Amino acid sequence: MRPTAVPLLLATLLTATALSACGSESGSDPDTVKISFKQSTDNSIKVMDTYLADIKDQFEKANPGKRVELVPIKAPDSEYYTKLQQMLRSPKTAPDLVYEDTFLINSDITSGYLKPLDPYLAKWDDWSQFIDTAKEAAQAQDGKTYGVPDGTDTRGLWFDKAIFKKAGLPADWQPTNWADILDAARAIKAKVPGVIPMNIYTGKPAGEAATMQGFEMLLYGTASGANESPLYDPASKKWITGSQGFKDSLEFVETVFKEKLGPDVSDALDPNIATRVRGEFLPEGKLGINLDGSWLPQDWLEGSGHEWPEWSEKLGLAYMPTQDGQAPSKVSMSGGWTWAIPSKAGNPDLAFEFIRTMQTKANAQKWYIANSGISVRTDVAEDPEYVKAQPGIKFFTDLVASTHYRPAYPAYPKVSTAIQEAMEGVTTGDSSVEEAAKGYDEELKTATDNQVIEK
Amino acid sequence: MTSAPPAGPGVVKTAPGPAAPPHPPAGRRDVRRALTRALPLSPAVVLLLLFLAGPIAYCAYIAFTDLQLTGQAESSFIGFDNFRAAFKDDAFLNAVWLTLVFTVLSSLIGQNTLGLSLAVLMQRASKPVRTVTGGIVIAAWVLPEVVAGFLLYAFFRREGTLNAVLDWLHLPSQNWLFTLPILAVSFANVWRGTAFSMLVYSAALNEIPKEITEAAEVDGAGGWRRMWHITLPMIRRSIGTNLMLNTLQTLSVFGLIWVMTRGGPGNRSQTLPLFMYEQAFQKSMIGYGTAVALLLLVVGSLFSLVYMRLLRTEV
Repeated sequence: MRPTAVPLLLATLLTATALSACGSESGSDPDTVKISFKQSTDNSIKVMDTYLADIKDQFEKANPGKRVELVPIKAPDSEYYTKLQQMLRSPKTAPDLVYEDTFLINSDITSGYLKPLDPYLAKWDDWSQFIDTAKEAAQAQDGKTYGVPDGTDTRGLWFDKAIFKKAGLPADWQPTNWADILDAARAIKAKVPGVIPMNIYTGKPAGEAATMQGFEMLLYGTASGANESPLYDPASKKWITGSQGFKDSLEFVETVFKEKLGPDVSDALDPNIATRVRGEFLPEGKLGINLDGSWLPQDWLEGSGHEWPEWSEKLGLAYMPTQDGQAPSKVSMSGGWTWAIPSKAGNPDLAFEFIRTMQTKANAQKWYIANSGISVRTDVAEDPEYVKAQPGIKFFTDLVASTHYRPAYPAYPKVSTAIQEAMEGVTTGDSSVEEAAKGYDEELKTATDNQVIEK
Repeated sequence: MTSAPPAGPGVVKTAPGPAAPPHPPAGRRDVRRALTRALPLSPAVVLLLLFLAGPIAYCAYIAFTDLQLTGQAESSFIGFDNFRAAFKDDAFLNAVWLTLVFTVLSSLIGQNTLGLSLAVLMQRASKPVRTVTGGIVIAAWVLPEVVAGFLLYAFFRREGTLNAVLDWLHLPSQNWLFTLPILAVSFANVWRGTAFSMLVYSAALNEIPKEITEAAEVDGAGGWRRMWHITLPMIRRSIGTNLMLNTLQTLSVFGLIWVMTRGGPGNRSQTLPLFMYEQAFQKSMIGYGTAVALLLLVVGSLFSLVYMRLLRTEV
């Protein structure tokens, strides 16, 4: 046995080292809370970074011996979600606290990525300050709550007053139907050369922005009643195919790009289009009308990178009208983000402690002002300092009354991608409205396991 | 996580571990000796099994499930459903078609032919010309894929170099990445990959004995005839190897296209690797994406089979 003993020992040793090298616990340190959030792809924008750094200081001072590690993910929206989901799959990579978009949260809950927060919330006084719709945003079909919302948003039309003046359009512009918007864009195209008449997000590269800021703002304006959802039928719990509203919305998108009223198609299909609209097109006066979210000014506040405090003088705001101006005449969509704790988090208790620090009234208010958010906390919403902080805040808060929420069921993210594909088809002109709508219907069946209904 | 299966020149076969002894058992002593000799190999074998065979087997398994990245409580085994779905999916067929176009254009026609021409021309060129040209061509090859992708994106984009040159020449310019994306990315791949073919062919051409070429010359064979009857047959083996390596590498090109067009606009430059990525990571359908990855592997092996045949008949 002598001669074999040495190599045997050597082999075992080698294998053992190799195996243990890859198997070793990366080990979540019980005193460190790891926090993942989405960092802007625009390097000069540090709104979230600055805010979290401040909370980190407060937290570390209040909890001696504990450390906060920020793990930013710098990616466009759609890639952020993918990266996060991959991290959430393993206890080795799962952070302790993550920033989750409400449209995705149900899908991630179904996958078992997140932890119910009810035991923590029950012991937290401030939770009663949150308005009900916001609490529901992070509530799963099992009735448990999985996230603490840090604000909501609404959507509307932003327009450049200087461009409007040159095009002979009023400074208090308010379209009452879709045709008004297109007419204004045509007027700009005819009279103001060198600017983009209007922007509507479209296609897969823009991700959820295309679906929500773009398509759904149109689609929800095709419904005849205020409570009708043209995307999902709550009565039968099925997704709607073949609706005329869907085709009309696609036709609007097609018109914008066919008549060259939108950005150049290659720009519209650039994944960083949203960053460019906020950082370049609007501040440089190159864009007439922009269908976008309430949060835009966060990039223009002082100390946020693209300072442009005079935006409130230069830009006008108008609500998005319904298709033919039918009641309720206004359309808005609302979403928002939440802080959630992964089910594989190593330090959930500490993570919730961090949420509490972020959500003291003072800190929450600081955040709402910094990110131009619409408050879901009654105490902040009533604070005059918050109301005065943003010129646009009243306009967008008033839209909450006529806003819609996405049917954020587990299948929603896939439905959303199907919508983006249909939009991209009519944007590039690769498919007609009919073809794109048909493609969507097909895609919808796969995405929802055939839970569809024709309307 | 599942990763794209290496579509490179196939999986290197693991060394046969404690294999059966070459001779029929002539006693326990021999068996023991064979085992002892194989022992030092075992760590390598274990590692290969663990890190190469393991992920591939896992990948193959996932291709038969409906695993999703999000929106699913439990995944289940669904047999060949993913593959059936792929062949009914227009987007998949489009991706297969574009992959073939991309491969034929950029690898077979572009890299291969251009590489050979460069190698032939460089043999006749003076030393300084050879050094400079070789340096430039190889520089393009040495650049990381993403950098090359970005350079060519800058070259082809609307405000890019190509259009600037065309404008200057008063020729009509256009938005290349939008109107002819598959051509643009094919060109990019040629730009990047030609150096490899050139190197392979330069080496092969140097191996042709001078006497044969000279003899042919004395017999009155012109340049083209010498090329056709002497050079090509003599470097046939290199042509086969080069084609195989080129094709397999081109089939799996992802970064270059991703940087330049992301498979767009629409899906006009979405080759199989990009389609696979979109399905797996953007639409969260890991199972389906992995199935597509396996199909890509099949396409790769079909190409390899053809080339292997070419190589064999020649021997």
